[in-house]
Amino acid sequence: MADTMELRDIEVWDGNMAASQALRQVQVDVVAAYPITPSTPIVENYANFEANGYVDGEFVMVESEHAAMSGCIGASAAGGRVATATSSQGFALMVETLYSASGMRLPIILNVVNRAIGAPLNVNGDHSDMYLGRDSGWIQFDAYCPQDAYDLNFIAFKVAEDHDVRLPAMVHQDGFMTSHTAQGVHTMTDEEGFNFVGEFKPMNDMLDLDHPVTHGVQTEEDWHFEHKARQHHALMTVALPKIQETFDAFEKYTGRKYNLVEAYKVEDADTVVVCMGTSVETAMEVVDELRAKGQKVGVVGIRVFRPWPLEQLAEVLKNVKAIGALDRSSPHGTVGMLYNEIAGTMFNTGTKAVLTNYIYGLGGRDLTKVHLVGIFNDLKANMDAGKPTTPLQQYIGLRGPKLSFF
Amino acid sequence: MSEIKKIKNLKEFSTSADRFEGANLLCPGCAHSIIVREVLNATNDDLILAASTGCLEVCTAVYPYTSWDASWIHIGFENGSTAVAGAEAMYKALKKKGRLKQPDRVPKFVAFGGDGATYDIGFQWISGCFERGHNMMYVCLDNEVYANTGGQRSSSTPIGSSATTSPAGSTSYGEKKNKKDMMAIMAAHGAPYVAQVSPSKWKDMVAKIQKGFAAEGPVFINAISPCTTEWKFAPEDTIAITDLATDSLVFPLYEIINGSELNITYRPKNIIPVRDYLGAQGRFKHLFTKQYDYLIGEWQDRVDAKWEQLQRREEARV
Repeated sequence: MADTMELRDIEVWDGNMAASQALRQVQVDVVAAYPITPSTPIVENYANFEANGYVDGEFVMVESEHAAMSGCIGASAAGGRVATATSSQGFALMVETLYSASGMRLPIILNVVNRAIGAPLNVNGDHSDMYLGRDSGWIQFDAYCPQDAYDLNFIAFKVAEDHDVRLPAMVHQDGFMTSHTAQGVHTMTDEEGFNFVGEFKPMNDMLDLDHPVTHGVQTEEDWHFEHKARQHHALMTVALPKIQETFDAFEKYTGRKYNLVEAYKVEDADTVVVCMGTSVETAMEVVDELRAKGQKVGVVGIRVFRPWPLEQLAEVLKNVKAIGALDRSSPHGTVGMLYNEIAGTMFNTGTKAVLTNYIYGLGGRDLTKVHLVGIFNDLKANMDAGKPTTPLQQYIGLRGPKLSFF
Repeated sequence: MSEIKKIKNLKEFSTSADRFEGANLLCPGCAHSIIVREVLNATNDDLILAASTGCLEVCTAVYPYTSWDASWIHIGFENGSTAVAGAEAMYKALKKKGRLKQPDRVPKFVAFGGDGATYDIGFQWISGCFERGHNMMYVCLDNEVYANTGGQRSSSTPIGSSATTSPAGSTSYGEKKNKKDMMAIMAAHGAPYVAQVSPSKWKDMVAKIQKGFAAEGPVFINAISPCTTEWKFAPEDTIAITDLATDSLVFPLYEIINGSELNITYRPKNIIPVRDYLGAQGRFKHLFTKQYDYLIGEWQDRVDAKWEQLQRREEARV
């Protein structure tokens, strides 16, 4: 039996510690992991918990991220609670197995501390790895601060392990900006934390020796399509409402409220930026400052990136006149990911909103309040003109000559 | 500790209740199914199985069918070892936490992979599992070629073999590299038990599998699996080819305990020339020409040298 850890109501934790503490409190049965900056402390913290009797599951330090997820898949199929953590290059190495985990409907939780992907090699935060995982069939939650990283882990386990869902889930946080920045985090006691998620209930578990089960079959043109369609169906029609239901339950349990789409002062806003990660909180500050000057501005944060909350986002943006889609990843040959998603979301809604795209913050480059004020100025000009007054895609915070496309 | 299954004779052994069904898509004459049955039938204990992508996997779990009457998992080409290691870790976790559904039963954890999955693409994963010391058995179904995808060379493919990515032609005798010595590599991990087996020497094989199941820690079994399709011999000759491999000492049968204690477990009464083994297979047909006859001589020299080395190691207990 693992020892209980006495926590203060508010602990000063960085995002990594917040995630590690959540993994400890839900008493994961198997963690198979491999360290990589900036998610390494999650694995180190967990190792420390194990070394001091605070967890009594198996902690398997493997030889690569691919092996980490492979081990997690074997452990999860065997029938228990499973989690791991990674970033960037390690996430990229894992990608093959991400598809296996979701295709086999295994509720593994993966903490992804977002980081750029080389070349050139870079250890700092951007969303290239998060975007790489977008088609892998996992649920993707996005944390904007250590508190989110803590809370969303409990929510992720609760959703993923639900027998109607049975899909793996990622909890994303920004490398260094969240993972290594200590803030006050409201905690649950070990008992409260565990009870929110509850005991793991196995299904199709290999270790039920009286009921052998075959995992990871082959399907060709006769059945493959049906399997993939069913998985998509589960994400769209089962997981999405289950996430909302779990957000509601979590609010009742802790008083902390999460939404599929986080809208800040959008109700009467003319211009809005849509972004993810720590940028959401920076943008909220800018919105407050601009509103003090009489500008009707707002910010939308995507909380659940997959399944994409299309209806909720369309509802939030329905009266907005100009939208800036902020992408922290190089789109390499097209418009940014969020631009594409928002365009696809709004296209049939009858909106007249002008949509433009900003590429920012690659490799950990700061997004400053000055940048955001400039973007809101662009959006205001677009609204007044009723059409884009700038190129559709601009690079923000880039050194050298200005770069823009389309 | 569970009891070791007593097997009196081949008839009884071959009629044991199968947890690997005859209903599968493997080629007629494929040795894989013989090896798998011999491994599974060597124990009455529960089994948790994994397979890497390959012939065995694609021929035994095509939805909505399965040939496995024991829990079985496949993830990808390289990670059958780690799949079963993950399951083994979960077993240990649930045992500690008192959550096993059948706490009195101790399952065996076994992963199967071809030589491509073992010698090449899955090598790192196997090495990791062995270094960590999972309680598992890894069985390589060594047919010395990527048979599932049509006969491309692997690092187990022997010199002079014509494979589709190292074909024999007017300027080439086929594969140029010597077969990797996986036995030595796996023994170097300090594994408690490493053995080479042949499905035709079933008593030797069952004894080794049972030793492996009794060992604590990771066990490596390298099983010769003649491939009727890629080695190019008649399907009814599988066992005869297997016998030629062991009796020519091309595939010697031995075990290494705790990384150092080497025992030769089969000494052919009449050692046959390597030439006879090569001549029985189409993949070496092109060697039987004046131009390449020297390669057969070199083959024999290598086999003799290896046999000499194994005997010296056995004698010296190193």
